Amino acid sequence: MKWRYFRQHVFFTVVRLSAMLIATALGGIIIYVVVNGISVISWDFITLPPTDSMTKGGIMPAILGTFYLTIGAIAVALPLGVVSAIYLTEYAKQGKFIRLIRTGINCLAGVPSVVFGLFGLGFFVVYLHFGSCILSGALTLAALILPTIIGASEEALKAVPQMFREASLALGVSKWQTIYKIILPAALPGILTGSILGVGRAAGETAPIMFTAAAFFTAKLPGSIFDEVMALPYHIYVLATAGTHIEQTRPIQYGTALVLVGLVLGVDLVAILIRGYMRKKKRW
Amino acid sequence: MDGNSIIELKNVNFFYNHLRALSDINMDFEKNRITALIGPSGCGKSTLLRVLNRMNDLIDGTRVEGAVLFEGKNIYDHNVDPVDIRRRIGMVFQKPNPFPKSIFNNVTYAPKLAGMTNKNDLEFLVEESLKQAALWDEVKDILDKSAMTLSGGQQQRLCIARALAMKPDVILMDEPTSALDPISTAKIEDLIDVLKSNYTIIIVTHNMQQAARISSKTGFFYLGKLIEYNATEKIFTNPDVKQTEEYITGRFG
Repeated sequence: MKWRYFRQHVFFTVVRLSAMLIATALGGIIIYVVVNGISVISWDFITLPPTDSMTKGGIMPAILGTFYLTIGAIAVALPLGVVSAIYLTEYAKQGKFIRLIRTGINCLAGVPSVVFGLFGLGFFVVYLHFGSCILSGALTLAALILPTIIGASEEALKAVPQMFREASLALGVSKWQTIYKIILPAALPGILTGSILGVGRAAGETAPIMFTAAAFFTAKLPGSIFDEVMALPYHIYVLATAGTHIEQTRPIQYGTALVLVGLVLGVDLVAILIRGYMRKKKRW
Repeated sequence: MDGNSIIELKNVNFFYNHLRALSDINMDFEKNRITALIGPSGCGKSTLLRVLNRMNDLIDGTRVEGAVLFEGKNIYDHNVDPVDIRRRIGMVFQKPNPFPKSIFNNVTYAPKLAGMTNKNDLEFLVEESLKQAALWDEVKDILDKSAMTLSGGQQQRLCIARALAMKPDVILMDEPTSALDPISTAKIEDLIDVLKSNYTIIIVTHNMQQAARISSKTGFFYLGKLIEYNATEKIFTNPDVKQTEEYITGRFG
């Protein structure tokens, strides 16, 4: 065999193995969670609150809490992120200042989530007197996912062909109308991709909500955005580390993890379907 | 200069940062005539075209000196809104660039945003514009289909219809047929010839035969300067400047 074919062969094998390794790891985790958690999954598990010091009953309040927190985070971060991205790509004069802002956003994306948790505690919970509640948690999660959404939205806006902007402006359409009517619709599938990642992250994070929103146990369901909530990732965390019956709750921990993974994948799937549908409609 | 000119350029200089792309351009464009701008790549003819509807405003670091008078008023005055200018001076680009919308919505897009909302008026406008652009017969049954499904030549005629729907006075065309096959090109040339009775058309072209075929006046640009501006017939048979003759006969460019 010729040397360069040999090298190519080695290279492709390494690439293939890397890809398989990642797929295997992902598959392994999911299978592990499913195998260990499936036994507790039942209608009661997802519709009833926990009982008997968490060793029995379901996790409905935690599902609901995670749902509220995630929706709240997206509701805040998506408009803010998209508007920021529009400013950065469409309006701002490209220069040093904008580069500085971009660098800042990228740095923010790399900040550990527990730091966001402490920020949320200091700013929303204490300084603004929101207390530990859905609002504080959702705002903290929004801050956490904002860089992801801005980044994805910027990429999506930049990917809209310049000729659409020119075509619209040349017809005597104002810049804002052009953005609103032409550029945003064309960029929407890409923006959605960013939000998908944001939803997944917001739903799965523990550190940002443990000081700002999450409760070990709430006797009743939240009645307003100023109530504390249970949340799936925090529920797993406390059952596995801080409960009094760690061994007895093991199946519930896995069951909760399974629900969380299922929830995130479900949201991803819906968003991917919407994105695929929109992409098919707008081809250029 | 006669009273028939609709756009007049007075000592126009154009800069990309420090690079001077146009030098002391003085010329006037006659109403309801086709004027062709020719010259080698990078000579400034497309830049000049985009000066006329302030499209260069979109590019950071560009600057215009001198005056561009449209019906006697300088379009670069501080109190002039470029949006108003672009409603009256339409543009057709080199590459067909319909929006990823239906054929109908491509035509009604700008008129709607300009305030036209009556459904009957819009339907009438679509038919009128598409007929003017010689596209109506081909698309009248598929108005709801995406413009992206049309052929390149049809897309370009749709872009012309889209520009016509705003009822402009002037239409700027930046090499409108360079991305098209000969048959589509011929259709668009016929169309331009018909349009000149109602519109002033300024066309940039690399195709010398095209300039000779359709325009009544031709300007030859080289290195950012207007070298010669004369009746098309004169430019192509007996130009005043030697450089023009050399370019037209293919000795450079």
